[in-house]
Amino acid sequence: MSRFRLEIRVIPRPGLLDPEGKAIQSALGSLDYEQVHEVRVGKLLYLDVEAASAEEARDGADAMCRRLLANPVTEDFEIDVREAAEEAVSA
Amino acid sequence: MRVAIVTFPGSNCDYDLYKCVQLVGGKPEFRWHRDAELGDVDVVMLPGGFSYGDYLRAGAIATMSPIMDAVKAFAGSGGPVLGICNGFQSLCESGLLPGALLRNRSLLFAGQDVLLRVENTSSIFTQEYEAGQILRMPIAHAEGNYHADDETLDLLEGEGRVLFRYTDTEGEAVDSANPNGSARSIAGILNEAGNVMGLMPHPERAVEPILGSVDGLSVFKSLLSHLAPLGAV
Repeated sequence: MSRFRLEIRVIPRPGLLDPEGKAIQSALGSLDYEQVHEVRVGKLLYLDVEAASAEEARDGADAMCRRLLANPVTEDFEIDVREAAEEAVSA
Repeated sequence: MRVAIVTFPGSNCDYDLYKCVQLVGGKPEFRWHRDAELGDVDVVMLPGGFSYGDYLRAGAIATMSPIMDAVKAFAGSGGPVLGICNGFQSLCESGLLPGALLRNRSLLFAGQDVLLRVENTSSIFTQEYEAGQILRMPIAHAEGNYHADDETLDLLEGEGRVLFRYTDTEGEAVDSANPNGSARSIAGILNEAGNVMGLMPHPERAVEPILGSVDGLSVFKSLLSHLAPLGAV
């Protein structure tokens, strides 16, 4: 078994009203960053897991997202898998 | 009418519901989120509040509680389940009701009275209302912005499963009377089988004149009327 660091990004679906993103876009506009067309705000989760392989780690994360971490009605998710460095494991 | 009221860590309307059920002559009993059994009850109610601190998404973690397996089984066998506010969010998260409740479009917590139009009086939760009746009830939420895809919304409307809509004093569902941005001004819906209702407004906080409105009482009276012929009152 190896340790893996999962990085999971949960993002509101494109086209879905994201009032928090809109508020941030408007605030950026007030700082004259008018090049910003859209802001969407999601969640970033780090999970440290044990798994036999990166594929197994990813499959586990996929199931977790479908069952709990993301709402299938409103959110999409993306998963990155990295093998955790030894020092990161002990930290 | 024996009613199980489920308390999650962070529920804060459980005692309001308890009092309200007593007020209409029912017998309330609390159930804890860790309980595995509902016991011998006629109705299950999920109260408002901030279960598990609204972590992850409002109502999401509550759906993982042991008691929710029993609630799903109860609903699956046709038992009436009422979810108010955070309870509505949990019913959507658990898949017992379609759609989801997003952040209010204002981004603000909305604590105010709203007006609602009763859209369907044939449900077991609304049969004591009159069609088109305008009700006053409080809301108190930050995530009450009902969302579902157009197909689901059309289905809900086509099957008479939109039970309450936010309206103005004329009973018109205008945008300015929509306190949270809900799709088609939807405030409360019914599941396909007709035994699970969720709504964001608080009928249990509108049951005595001293509270400013008694318009919520008929939700509970409707359940009584439904259960009385079944000998459960």
